[in-house]
Amino acid sequence: MNESTQIPPRRPVPVWAQIFIWTGLLVLLGFLAVALFRAQQPIIKEGSAVPDFTLSLFDGYEYNGAEQVNLLELRGKVVVINFWASWCVPCEEEAADLEAAWRLYQPGGEVVFLGVDYLDPLNGLTYLTKFDITYPNGPDTQGRISSIFNRNMGVPETYFIDRQGVLRYIQIGPFQSAGEIQAIIDWLLAEQ
Amino acid sequence: MLAQFGFGVLVLTFLLALYSAGAAITGYVRKSFRWVESARLAMQLTFPLTTLAAGTLVYLLATNHFELQYVWSVVSRDMPLYLKMTALWGGQAGSLLFWSWLMSAFASAVTLRKWDRDREFLPWVVIVISVTLAFFLAMNIFFLDENPFARLWQTMSGDVVLGVFQPAGTFALTPSDGQGLNPLLRHPGMIIHPPMLYLGFVAFVIPYAFAMAALITGRTDDRWIRITRRWTLVAWLFLSGGLVLGMRWAYDVLGWGGYWGWDPVEIAALLPWLFGTPFLHTVIIQEKRGMFKQLNMVLIIVTYVLVIFGTFLTRSGVLSSVHAFAQSAIGPMFFVFIGISLIASFGLLIHRWGDLRDETSLGKMSMLSREALFLLAALLFGGFFIVSFWGILYPIIYEILSGQKITFGPAFYRLPVAVILGGLMVLMGMAPLSSWTFGSLKTIGRAIWKPAIPSAIAAVTIFALGMKNWLALTGFTLVAFVIFVTLYEFWRAAWGRHKTQGENIFAAFWNLFRRNRRRYGGYIVHIAMVIMAVGIIGIEVFQTTTQKSLAVGESLEISGYSIRFDSLAQFPTTDGRWVTRAVMSVSRDGKTLGELYPRYDLYPDGQPMTIPAVRSTLADDLYVVLVNWEDISQSQAPFKVYHNPLLIWLWIGSYIFIGGILVTAWPEKDS
Amino acid sequence: MKPVARKALRFTVYVLFILLAALQTSAARAQTPTPPSDDAVNAIARELFCPICQNTPLDVCPTEACRQWRELIRQMLAEGKSEAEIKQFFVDNYGARVLSAPPAEGINWLAYIVPPVMFLGGALLLFQAFRTWKRTAEEPADGAAAGKRSAPAADDEYVSRLEAELKKRR
Repeated sequence: MNESTQIPPRRPVPVWAQIFIWTGLLVLLGFLAVALFRAQQPIIKEGSAVPDFTLSLFDGYEYNGAEQVNLLELRGKVVVINFWASWCVPCEEEAADLEAAWRLYQPGGEVVFLGVDYLDPLNGLTYLTKFDITYPNGPDTQGRISSIFNRNMGVPETYFIDRQGVLRYIQIGPFQSAGEIQAIIDWLLAEQ
Repeated sequence: MLAQFGFGVLVLTFLLALYSAGAAITGYVRKSFRWVESARLAMQLTFPLTTLAAGTLVYLLATNHFELQYVWSVVSRDMPLYLKMTALWGGQAGSLLFWSWLMSAFASAVTLRKWDRDREFLPWVVIVISVTLAFFLAMNIFFLDENPFARLWQTMSGDVVLGVFQPAGTFALTPSDGQGLNPLLRHPGMIIHPPMLYLGFVAFVIPYAFAMAALITGRTDDRWIRITRRWTLVAWLFLSGGLVLGMRWAYDVLGWGGYWGWDPVEIAALLPWLFGTPFLHTVIIQEKRGMFKQLNMVLIIVTYVLVIFGTFLTRSGVLSSVHAFAQSAIGPMFFVFIGISLIASFGLLIHRWGDLRDETSLGKMSMLSREALFLLAALLFGGFFIVSFWGILYPIIYEILSGQKITFGPAFYRLPVAVILGGLMVLMGMAPLSSWTFGSLKTIGRAIWKPAIPSAIAAVTIFALGMKNWLALTGFTLVAFVIFVTLYEFWRAAWGRHKTQGENIFAAFWNLFRRNRRRYGGYIVHIAMVIMAVGIIGIEVFQTTTQKSLAVGESLEISGYSIRFDSLAQFPTTDGRWVTRAVMSVSRDGKTLGELYPRYDLYPDGQPMTIPAVRSTLADDLYVVLVNWEDISQSQAPFKVYHNPLLIWLWIGSYIFIGGILVTAWPEKDS
Repeated sequence: MKPVARKALRFTVYVLFILLAALQTSAARAQTPTPPSDDAVNAIARELFCPICQNTPLDVCPTEACRQWRELIRQMLAEGKSEAEIKQFFVDNYGARVLSAPPAEGINWLAYIVPPVMFLGGALLLFQAFRTWKRTAEEPADGAAAGKRSAPAADDEYVSRLEAELKKRR
């Protein structure tokens, strides 16, 4: 034992420890890489298919007599999904324009507007009444729908989906006029 | 024109840093002293150059050159000159340049030291520092969004594009005014906080560079530690100072009654500190005993990687946090840099692991020796790190796996961190009394009973005075224990000098500090730490709060104080703010103590800022905030009041703390 | 090794128990008569995070939305809802991110298990090392064997000399 009190022997890192260290580092870097990749990219891009979701509607709202809307069932129609919240001031700027556009296209039956109330205290219905909004509207429970489109939702945001269920246009922030909305919808309607 | 000049200087600095690294490699390969010398001088030259670039930007900021995107985004005409100049680090692009400037300052300072005894380190130190510097400069140069010298140009179709030089088919765009600095950041604390943190971060590059040099050259003695000892202390001083200033800013400006919210960005700044602090301690053992070489390497490598990692986390958009840094293109660059640093450092370390064996056998070390206690402390810091790191990492992993966000608030951290800090205080009290290598229960027991008696008396006194909260009681007892142990250490050594050398007791004290500044400065830091702990225990355990809407003349009661709402005034200021200011009078037992003026400022861009009014005494803070501003009228307003007992000791402790580090780190004549 | 491992296990269980207990303490609180005071509202809002901001507790969040959420809490309190029910309502509507720490269920057990396990792993390594050191340390120590660095550095030498002097005087 006395010999060992001199300079201890040279002991390299055991292989199992090396494997452990490198695996740990790589797993850590891997997670960071994925997180970074996701942070850098929008979840959904223009030109990609929109995953299905179901929106449960507010009391007093219905679509084809049902109290919920399923995106898949809207295939063949142009879908406009508008995210809003009652605490969002810019949303108020475009509320009337959206409703006007909806009333324009509703009779044709080829366009569907969906309003999604993004994480709102219970004032959603007040807001809808205030702006006399008639197209189907529902709450985004637990942020499930907004997280399909944008992890860091900054209302208002509006997403245009074509007849094939493909996302075609993203509007971040409010529209300046009803004409803007119409132009995008007419462009999508023109396709067959 | 000036902007293009600044950009040119940046590019030149970047090339020089690359040259410096290249020349150092050449010098090493060819065993050519002249190449290495050239690399050293090149690294030295980066400082005047970055000074020129940063100076140019400061000038542009001060003179309202809104045609520059960066200037436009952080400066507005109504800002005072000092704010315009400090806007150098008010935004991402500028703070990267500022970072480069600080780093080149440290790099230059390193080149000035005497290298005669450490020639073999020089090329590697130059390479590590120059590559890091080049990396930071590259982000300013290669990403237009991060280029502080990029100008605004307008195309014929009305789009605004960025460019250092005029793109074809565009004309210059010069906005008449800028956006101005975020009002939350217009606070003295916020002006000093980033530079302090950056200084701390950047200074850790130096010990890391020397550690790498030691690993590469295989010179595994404690030379690298002796060289970088003071650098490490300076880095730690600034990092600690930066953290404390951040707390102070949060307390003074954010208006939520606290100083630390366990926000991921706060934690990201704390992480390097959690590795740097044990590093400061275990290097002492390597110097004195030739032990823990491997541990010290691990600690400094992780500290450095965490510095970069923290910057990456907060600026890449990976973290969502209250701290506003727009996500940007530099994320992948940082990621690659972290990956390379980690893999290269750990690869080297594993390669050299066997060579880093201890010079003396550990066979003689007992469990209560000072070395063992230092190791225990490192373990506790490690635990602190794991909890904090996991609190950041897990939500990221969880969001990847499930797509849902989760939050870790104080509820997650409070208990484990309290336990760990308690353990660290126990060790702070025991370690100074333990002896090297042979410490045992007997030796510690012999020394510990003297300071233990007054600590016990203090505990009983506090209990008798009505302190029934066991958590606080334990905390305060530990605080008393550490203070008494430290004072006992001072007294023991000074009394010794007095007896043996016949010095009078004051002279003995003075000489003690002069002869061993690191040890006694370190003890001052210990005392400062536990004094800060008094403030932390005070607010964490005893904070009370109440909120009430008051009509003029009404009062609310909190912890024996009565706070009356006297009047409210609303007026504009010259810089365009709309200020709402209440006058409150504070009294206790019918005796008026003074007035408080909580404020609510509305900035021209619509951003509100709630500025609390704080009445600080040695016993407690009264912290009054105007809340729910839309309900405010001349006759009625809602107030939220916090009673934060003992909080002021957190700040007092931090002043002592800085003093202690200065005692420790102040340059000595001989080296 | 064995007793150490058992001790470690017991410690893990203990730590987990503490963590769980900490989670539970914020359970039920007495109901307040109508109208609920600001303090009653804040007591609950303090434990919740603003769903649309990043890491901002609901009681100090200055936005209009948060003010409405606090009003919502007040309404629910007035309706006689308990703190647990209110929290559950927030989780159901806005997701688990409103809680100040995720509930320890399902995969979220990881959040609470990983740190203590890693810490104990480190502690085990350290104790293992201590045991070997201690074994050898119990052998008689001869000064020369400690190698070239066994002479303590200057300041320690100084202090120990002082102590020797002091002893003599006693």
